[in-house]
Amino acid sequence: MGWQILVLDMKKNNIFLSLRLNLFLYVGILIVFFFFIIAIFAPFISTHDPTSINLQELFLPPSMDHFFGTDELGRDVFSRVIYGTRVSLFVGFVAVGISVFVGLIIGLLGGFFRGYVDNILMRFVDIMLCFPSFFLILAVIAFLKPSISNVMIVIGLTSWMGVARLVRAETLSVGSRDFVTAAKLQGLSTIKILVKYILPNVISPVFVSAILGISAAIITESSLSFLGLGVQPPTPSWGNILMSGKENIMFAWWLSLFPGSSIFITVLGYNLLGEGLRDMIDPKTR
Amino acid sequence: MITYLLRRLAGLIPMLLGITLVSFIVIHLAPGDPAQFMTSLNPKASEKARERFIKMYDLDKPIVEQYFLWLKKFVRFDFGDSFSQDRKPVLQKILERLPITIYLNVAALILIFIVAIPMGVLSAYYHNSILDRVVTVFVFVGFAVPSFWLALLCMYYFGVVLGVLPISGIYSYGFSELGLIGKMVDVIRHTLLPVILSVFGSLAALSRFTRNSMLDVLHEEYIEAAKARGIPERIIIFKHALRNALLPVITILGLSIPGLIGGSVIFETIFSIPGMGQLFYQSVMMRDYPVIMGILVIGAILTLVGNLLADIMYGMADPRIRYEKK
Repeated sequence: MGWQILVLDMKKNNIFLSLRLNLFLYVGILIVFFFFIIAIFAPFISTHDPTSINLQELFLPPSMDHFFGTDELGRDVFSRVIYGTRVSLFVGFVAVGISVFVGLIIGLLGGFFRGYVDNILMRFVDIMLCFPSFFLILAVIAFLKPSISNVMIVIGLTSWMGVARLVRAETLSVGSRDFVTAAKLQGLSTIKILVKYILPNVISPVFVSAILGISAAIITESSLSFLGLGVQPPTPSWGNILMSGKENIMFAWWLSLFPGSSIFITVLGYNLLGEGLRDMIDPKTR
Repeated sequence: MITYLLRRLAGLIPMLLGITLVSFIVIHLAPGDPAQFMTSLNPKASEKARERFIKMYDLDKPIVEQYFLWLKKFVRFDFGDSFSQDRKPVLQKILERLPITIYLNVAALILIFIVAIPMGVLSAYYHNSILDRVVTVFVFVGFAVPSFWLALLCMYYFGVVLGVLPISGIYSYGFSELGLIGKMVDVIRHTLLPVILSVFGSLAALSRFTRNSMLDVLHEEYIEAAKARGIPERIIIFKHALRNALLPVITILGLSIPGLIGGSVIFETIFSIPGMGQLFYQSVMMRDYPVIMGILVIGAILTLVGNLLADIMYGMADPRIRYEKK
């Protein structure tokens, strides 16, 4: 393949690429929407009570009565996966909400004030990045107690660094633009300038990284619950269903397959949505 | 190069101080209620464990003094004794487990390096070809698959259905009777799945990143210039472009170290590998706070060392960094 072809390739592909990216976006939206519906209408979709124990029906394989089989306590796995959707999405959204909030504040302050404020805040970011985040999360969970609210807070407070760096970089470039100088000269308060003039200009890349962050938070929550250190049974979560899937891997494959694919598809959905949006907002990444 | 190295090393000091500060804050999250020190294994020890905890971290002293005492212990790597039955020094417990974890992570890094980079380069070279699209799909799948779930599926498939790979531990029964090569093969067989699986997620990220970095470089003017001089395409790609495209990749590789180390908790637990990750998991389950703090700190230091190595590699690959005055 010659160079001319390579260059040609890049030119002609713009149209094709935008189509492909839109496809990513649409599939992403579809998946995200699908799981939202499941989470909202969980009581109507589920066929059994997700926590009701039935010792007569232990480890039943998938059937017409139990679409995804039953677990070690005879609970209906389909209903548990459906209700688990609520838990995973809830944890994902709240955790990302926290991390975006913290990241925005630190990034805005660093980028706006520059100098030593920026220096201290960015060193703090570097230090937080030094801790393997899963270690930090587990250590904090060990000191507190595993529960949905703790898991959300801890994931949020250990994942804001990327947002902070992003916001800082954007704030640095927006902060030196003329309209910000004009606002300063008008004597507007710092908070007003940050919220009214800078925030709207930095928010779109943050939005993309928040969407990608949701998928990361869902994976972290499910890993924690999988280890028994996240959402505690009997509350169903995709991760803690997988925990019993691991213990019974030898004969009850349905305990692993269904919750795992739910995580996979959801995360894929948010990734496709995030990447699609990124390419829409910022075409130069392809 | 030496001044560059010294500058990098000096930069570590504030980072280390920061690590001590953050870990100090974590200690203060400890529950005030002795009952919460209770573990299912040793319910009566709760009051005693709390007393030992307070004594170990000097929590009865003024807070500034507490910090300096912690700092003093920190620089000597004195993490105290474990709360578990064996009461061994924490550092000893960690050092016993560390080699396996380092072996797994270094193997993973090497694998990432030799698979992800060619994958990224090829998919940039054959931009938008079938190969590029296959890699793109793989990247999205790799990003989305929860690695612990994939580990379960692989355990089931390779260990139970096919029965070709062992699924737990790192030694077979009768390991000590094997010869040197037999021992090596045995360990590799046991760690094959965990290493490949822990690589999987990073593979996607890094090959994507290499591809984009390569595409950026291929647009640079010096590539055009090299083309105009009639230098063969192969040399342009692999000598001129690749070297520059790899620079940001090195940084990303450095950044992926904490993820790998953190992931060792999951993989070592799933595959029952007696490394630092498994020790960490067990300690969290048993509320063995001294070990938890020790591993948290060692994990951060390992990351710091990894990043330093990445920086050195960066400095070797890019003379501009070395001679930059600051």
